[in-house]
Amino acid sequence: MTEHTPTAAPAVEVRGLHKRYGATAAVDGVDLDLARGEVLSLLGPNGAGKSTTLEIIAGFRSRDRGTVQVLGSDPKTAGRAWRARIGIVWQRAVEDSPLTVREVVRHFAGYYPDPRPTDEVLELVGLDRQARTRVRALSGGQRRRLDVALGIVGRPELLFLDEPTTGFDPQARHAFWELLRQLAADQTSILLTTHYLHEAEALADRVVVLADGRVVADGDPATLGGQVDARTVVSWYADGEDQQVRTDQPTQFLRQLLDTHPGEIPQLSVHRPTLEQTYLTLVGDAPPPTAAPGGDATSRQPTPAPPQEAEVWT
Amino acid sequence: MDVTSTDRPTPAQTRPGAAELPGTLRVGVSRSWLEIREFFREWETVLFTFAFPTLILLLFSAIFADMDQGPQIHMQATEFYLPGLIAMALMSVSFQTLGVGIATERDNGTLRRLRGTPMPPAAYFLGKTGMVLLLALGQLILLLGVARIGYGADLPVQLGDWLTITWVFVLGTVACSLLGIACSSLARSARGASVIVIVPFLVLQFFSGVFIPVQALPDWVVNVAAVFPLKWMAQGMRSAFYPESAAALEPSGAWDLHLVLAVLAVWCVVGVILCLLTFRWKTAKDG
Repeated sequence: MTEHTPTAAPAVEVRGLHKRYGATAAVDGVDLDLARGEVLSLLGPNGAGKSTTLEIIAGFRSRDRGTVQVLGSDPKTAGRAWRARIGIVWQRAVEDSPLTVREVVRHFAGYYPDPRPTDEVLELVGLDRQARTRVRALSGGQRRRLDVALGIVGRPELLFLDEPTTGFDPQARHAFWELLRQLAADQTSILLTTHYLHEAEALADRVVVLADGRVVADGDPATLGGQVDARTVVSWYADGEDQQVRTDQPTQFLRQLLDTHPGEIPQLSVHRPTLEQTYLTLVGDAPPPTAAPGGDATSRQPTPAPPQEAEVWT
Repeated sequence: MDVTSTDRPTPAQTRPGAAELPGTLRVGVSRSWLEIREFFREWETVLFTFAFPTLILLLFSAIFADMDQGPQIHMQATEFYLPGLIAMALMSVSFQTLGVGIATERDNGTLRRLRGTPMPPAAYFLGKTGMVLLLALGQLILLLGVARIGYGADLPVQLGDWLTITWVFVLGTVACSLLGIACSSLARSARGASVIVIVPFLVLQFFSGVFIPVQALPDWVVNVAAVFPLKWMAQGMRSAFYPESAAALEPSGAWDLHLVLAVLAVWCVVGVILCLLTFRWKTAKDG
């Protein structure tokens, strides 16, 4: 009696996605899953393939290879009924218009079978006081809120946001995060791209890091953070040069080091990379993993250090 | 198994809370209303769109006040230029408004945004049609009003003439709208569109007997103009506004309304095909 209904399908299922622009592979074999009600953040630097991936999933760009299922349909061929179930907040802010905020939201509501009431949407995004303001008179942050209003007015089951907070001041960003949390609590599945690590960390149940069109990490933000601990750097000065060791067991390594170096160790430092540095390592132009000797033997980290950092092994 | 065999749910029923998508006509009317409000709130656009043909009518009426069309025809300058300027005004609100307007909407992301919604694509074009027809009607009334009230011009009184005005108005506006939509896709940007649209339109106005009477134009110019709708719109309008004897001024010596009808109808069909072949919701760089 397990009847297959559209709601039973995962929100997004992507396998082996490829997309080239001329000679450049913008998306180079991406697999992606988004469960119902999950908030997934596609994180990566500019040009990593985030927007291209999102646009293909949202049915806006063609793909070269791979399968994409969104709410049980292929976005390439999905029709109006499918579009009524998704909401898109584009990277580019809403265009200039002499119409008022309320007029625009009310008009877009008319495209959907079961829209949210206009005033409810304006209150949700915090534009209730600007309802009678003309769109062109809005500030940048208010305009972005209007973008979100247009994205959620149709009660989407799945919401796409492409770099929604770029250019926000910290206060606006936090208010925006609060709004997305409300939507997520309302069982809206959310797929957002961002190049802000903290945004991904603050919002997402799961983070997928893209670099050069490939997935380089996939996990919940805490796991991504956990990978940081695996790469503690111990450095000191000995034998006329800087020594450095990367280890995920810094205490044990330090014990050994102290045993072998009686007295003061010159320039000793134990450095734990921040989340930001881990992220930079993940997306960086990293050399292939080295089979590291000594204290590094326990490291399972597949992505080594940034290339600008000279590594000298003891 | 019993449940599914006795009770065959429609796809809409399997989705809880699913309601009907709004109909194309309803969304089209809603888009028309949006476009019209948007248009009339930009007074610069309103002024630019409506003022030009009327301004030229006023100028020509003043400059050519003592004009003489020949011994057998008695028309004042206003009456002489009115039909051509009506044709030009119709092309301006359809071809130019849509050619530049849609290219701008493609460039600034409006079309892209709409494509991401369940709006039926046909509703977009219905909306444009509604707006253009309203603007065209506004132009017609404005020019007739200025000619009649400002200069006491004689307007057609016969039903047949008004029927001609009506079908030339509808076919000409539709043909020029479709051409405008097709032209908007040729441009790579909004800025490019104003060149692609305005320059050929200006040339056509000179070639089609709007500013310079057709009898004063070289044959090759008239032949080039005869390929496009404006010449035929102006000719159709002249047939309704000019006295019957003025047919002698036409290159063929007759109004040739059957040709006007044929060329405008062909342009409507060609226009639809061109639009279907060229229309894009995205800019070239959106892939």
